[in-house]
Amino acid sequence: MSKVEMTVNGRAVSGEVEDRTLLVQFLRENLNLTGTHVGCDTSQCGACVVHVDGKAVKSCTMLAAQASGSTVTTIEGLASGGELHPVQAAFKEHHGLQCGFCTPGMIMAATDMIERHGGKLDEKTVRAELEGNICRCTGYHNIVKAILAAAEEMSGAAKVAAE
Amino acid sequence: MGMEGIGARVARKEDKRFITGKGRYTDDMSVPGMKHAAFVRSPHAHAVIKGIDSSEAEKMPGVIGVLAGAEMTTDGIGSLICGWMIHSKDGSPMNMGDWRPLADKKVRYVGDAVAIVVADTKAQARDAAEAVKVDYDVLPAVTSAVDALKPGAPQIHDNAPGNQIYDWEIGDLDAVDKAIASAAHVTTLDLVNNRLVPNAMEPRAALGVYDEAEDHYTCWTTSQNPHVARLVMSAFYNVAPENKLRVIAPDVGGGFGSKIYIYPEEITCLWASKKTGVPVKWVADRTESFLTDAHGRDHVTTIQMAFDADNKITALKADTIANLGAYMSLFSSVVPTYLHAILYSGQYVIPAIHCNMRTAYTNTVPVDAYRGAGRPETTYALERVVETAARELGVSPAELRRKNFIREWPYQTPVILQYDSGDYEASLDAAMKAIDYDGFPARKAEAEARGKKRGIGMSCYIEACGIAPSQAIGSLGAGVGLWESAEIRVNAVGTVEILTGSHSHGQGHETTFAQLVSDRFGVPIDSVSVVHGDTDKVQMGMGTYGSRSGPVGMSAVVKALDKVEKKAKMIAAHLLEADESDIVIENGQVKVAGTDKALGWHEVALNAYTAHNLPAEMEPGLKETAFFDPANFSFPAGCHICEVEIDPDTGKTEIVKFVASDDFGNIINPMIVEGQVHGGLAQGIGQALLEGTSYDAETGQLLTATYMDYTMPRADDLPSYTVSNTVTPSPLNPLGIKGCGEAGAIGSPPALMNAITDAIGNNNLSMPATPQKVWAAINAA
Repeated sequence: MSKVEMTVNGRAVSGEVEDRTLLVQFLRENLNLTGTHVGCDTSQCGACVVHVDGKAVKSCTMLAAQASGSTVTTIEGLASGGELHPVQAAFKEHHGLQCGFCTPGMIMAATDMIERHGGKLDEKTVRAELEGNICRCTGYHNIVKAILAAAEEMSGAAKVAAE
Repeated sequence: MGMEGIGARVARKEDKRFITGKGRYTDDMSVPGMKHAAFVRSPHAHAVIKGIDSSEAEKMPGVIGVLAGAEMTTDGIGSLICGWMIHSKDGSPMNMGDWRPLADKKVRYVGDAVAIVVADTKAQARDAAEAVKVDYDVLPAVTSAVDALKPGAPQIHDNAPGNQIYDWEIGDLDAVDKAIASAAHVTTLDLVNNRLVPNAMEPRAALGVYDEAEDHYTCWTTSQNPHVARLVMSAFYNVAPENKLRVIAPDVGGGFGSKIYIYPEEITCLWASKKTGVPVKWVADRTESFLTDAHGRDHVTTIQMAFDADNKITALKADTIANLGAYMSLFSSVVPTYLHAILYSGQYVIPAIHCNMRTAYTNTVPVDAYRGAGRPETTYALERVVETAARELGVSPAELRRKNFIREWPYQTPVILQYDSGDYEASLDAAMKAIDYDGFPARKAEAEARGKKRGIGMSCYIEACGIAPSQAIGSLGAGVGLWESAEIRVNAVGTVEILTGSHSHGQGHETTFAQLVSDRFGVPIDSVSVVHGDTDKVQMGMGTYGSRSGPVGMSAVVKALDKVEKKAKMIAAHLLEADESDIVIENGQVKVAGTDKALGWHEVALNAYTAHNLPAEMEPGLKETAFFDPANFSFPAGCHICEVEIDPDTGKTEIVKFVASDDFGNIINPMIVEGQVHGGLAQGIGQALLEGTSYDAETGQLLTATYMDYTMPRADDLPSYTVSNTVTPSPLNPLGIKGCGEAGAIGSPPALMNAITDAIGNNNLSMPATPQKVWAAINAA
C-alpha cells in the first residue's frame, strides 16, 4: 500500500492505495471524480486525459503514487466560478460531442493543445495532435471546429489581457 | 418554426453535464455494499469443458464467490435466444444452437464466459479469475463462414448440421436467370464485406442489485433499449418477472447497435447478486469488448447485374454467405435477410431480383446489427457493381444511375419493400455540384503532373429505417412489435415532461424531443424535460436503433401532444367562454383567435390540476399517452461522392473531398442531423480504409483485440465533410421525417472504394483498402 497526497481541482487530497492503483482509479474510485473515463486498456483512446502539473496526461498510464505531490486538474475542475471554460463552451456551441464519453478527455487534451500553441492552431495541427484521443460518434468534424473556435477565442482573450 | 421549434439549430440541453464531467454512466454508479465481478473466459475457440476447479480462487483475498454455469442451469436461468425466426427455403426453421450465459458443457469462441468471480475490488476479482482452473478438451476451430460450410468442418452446434443456420432466398430466381441469359451485358463481382467491431467508446457494463426483502432486482446497464432488456430477461431468461425487475440505462456512451442485445454479463450479474447477497458490478475492459461485443458485417458475396442494349438494368442476383459467429445473437437472423436482401433494388428500377443467403456458425463472437445493419452490405455490393458496370460499358457512372433511377412513388420493388417517396436525381445533382464533378478531369490531370493518382467515386444509397410496422414484421418472423410509446406530462405550473421509450446515447433526444413541445406550445425548451432509460419511469418502449427514434419515437410524442393540445383547448374554451375550434396556442399563450382573450399556458395547466372549473365530466390533469406503430419503414436516400488522391509509392489514400447529399425528409435540428452524418461517414470511411477484424484461422484467436491492432479512425485519418440535404417528406409519419442515423455508414464505403479503384485502375480491391493493399493493387494493375 502507498500513501498518496496531491492537489486535485484546488483541493488537497490523500489516500491509502494499493501500489498498482492507477491515477484514473484514484480519481474515480477514491475521489468520486467520475468525469474522467476509461475507454481502453492500452493508452490509446484518451478518455482519461487530465492535467498533471499543467500538462495533459493519460491518467490510465500513470500510477497514483507517481502523481503524489502533483497538482491535478480534471474535467470537473476546468470551469471556474460557474463559468464554462472556453473549450467547454465551444464543444457545446459547435456540437463537438454526442454520447459524451470521450468528451472530458477531448476537452482536457484540447485545452492543453491550445495552451501549448499559444492559441495559434490550424485544422491540420489539430487533427494531428488529436491522435491520442478517439471519438466514435462525431467523426471529429465538429470537435476540430470547436477546438479551432476555442483557440481563436482564447488567443483573442489573451490579446485583450495583454493590451 | 419558433426559435426552439422544429427545424431550429438549437444547442443541446444535455451537453452541460457531459462537458463538465457530470455525466452518469453505468460505471459511475455506486451502491452501498457493491462488489466487483470478473469473468473467467475461454482462451480456446472451441473446446469441451471437462471440469472447473475454483477451490484456490475462492481462498484468495477479497473473494466472495465463484459461480459457474452448472449452478446457473440448476437455478433455471434460460439460454440466450435470437428473437426473429427465419425459415430456410425448404421450409425448415433456422437452427438455433443453445447459448448458455455461462457455458457449462462446451465453449465456442475465445471469450465465451465460463464463470463469474465476485470480490471486494475489481483487481481482486481479476486475480482470482486467473486462478480458476478450467480443464478443456480443445477441439478444432473454424472462423470463416465459407470454411464452416465446407464438408468436414468442425461441428459447432449439434442441431446445426454442417454449421448451417439457414439457407434462405427471396425473389424470382427463374426470371433473374432468364434475364441474365438474354442480357446485352452482365457485370459480375466477388466481394467481401469486412468484419467490424462496433467500438462504442464506453465499454459495456452492468450493475445487478438483488433486494431480498422485496425479492426484486435492479439492473443498471449499457443498453440502447432497457425495456426490451427487461422483457427478454423476464420472458425468456427467467431472471425475474417483469414487475420484479427494473432496468435502468443511464447515460450510455455510444451503441451503434452493439448495445441493443442482452448479453450474458447482465444476466449473470443479476443472478450473482442474488447468489452472493451483494450488489455486483462488472465493467468490460477494451479487450473484453473486442472479444465479446457483437461484431458487424462479415459477408462474402457474388453479385451479378444484367443490362439490356439500352443500358437499362434487367436483373440483379446476389449470392451471399454470412458469418453469424458462435451463437445467434438477438437480431442476428434478420440482419442478412429482411434488413439486407430486400434493399437490393437500391434507387433503381430492377424488374427481377433474387438473393440467396446462407448463414453459418463459426468459432467467433456473435455477429449482429452494427450501424446500418444489413443495408451497408447491400449498398456496398450494389453500388460497386453499378460503378463497375459503368466502367465496363464505357458510360458515365452518374448517367448509368440516372438512366435507371426510380422516378415515381410509391414504388413497389420486386422484393417486398414499397418505397414511399424520394427524389434521387435531386441528391445526385446536389452532390455532383458540391464536389464540382465536371471539374474532376482537370484536377486529375493536375495531380498526375505531381505524380499522384486521383480518383472519384459515388454511391447512391437507399435504406429502410424507422423500424417498423409491427404487423408486417410479425408476419416476417419478428418476436416483438416495433411501435414506440410516449407520455406527455404537463405539470401544474406548465412545465412539461416527455416520457419516451426511445433511448438517447448520443443522439440528442433531450433537445430534439423538447423541440417538438416548444414548437407545439411555444414554451421554451428549458421548461421541457425528457425522461427515458428507466423501466420504472417510462411505461414501455422498444428503444433506439435503425433510426427509429425520429420516425417512430417522435411520432408517438406527436400523437400524445395532439391529445394534450385537444384537452388544453377544451379547458381554455371553457374558461374563456369560446368555441373550442376558435382556440389557438401560440408563444406560450392559449388564445381565442382574432381577440385579445387569452390565458397563459401555465394558467391552463394550473386549471387542469386545481379542477375548480373544468368542463362537465372532464377528468382533472393534463397528461396523455400514445403509441405509434408506423405503416411502413421510412426510406432515407442520398448520394455520396468521394474524391481521393493516392501516392503510388506508398499506396496511401488521402480523401481530398467527401460530399454527402442526403434526403432525410423533414429535419427537427439540422445541427444534430449533420453530426449524425459526420459520425456515420467516419465509421463508413473507417470500414473502407482502416478497420479490419482478424481471427487466426487455425486457433480462432482474435488478433485485433486492442486499439494497437484494430485501426480506429483518428482525426488525422479523416477529412472535414461537405454535407447537405434535399427534402422529400415521408408521407407515413406525422412529422414527415425519415431518419439519419445510419446513412453516413451506408453510403460512404462504396463511394470511397469506387474512388480508389478509379484512381488506381484496378477494381480488384477489398476493404479495408490499407496502403499495403492499394500499393499491391497498383502494382498488379
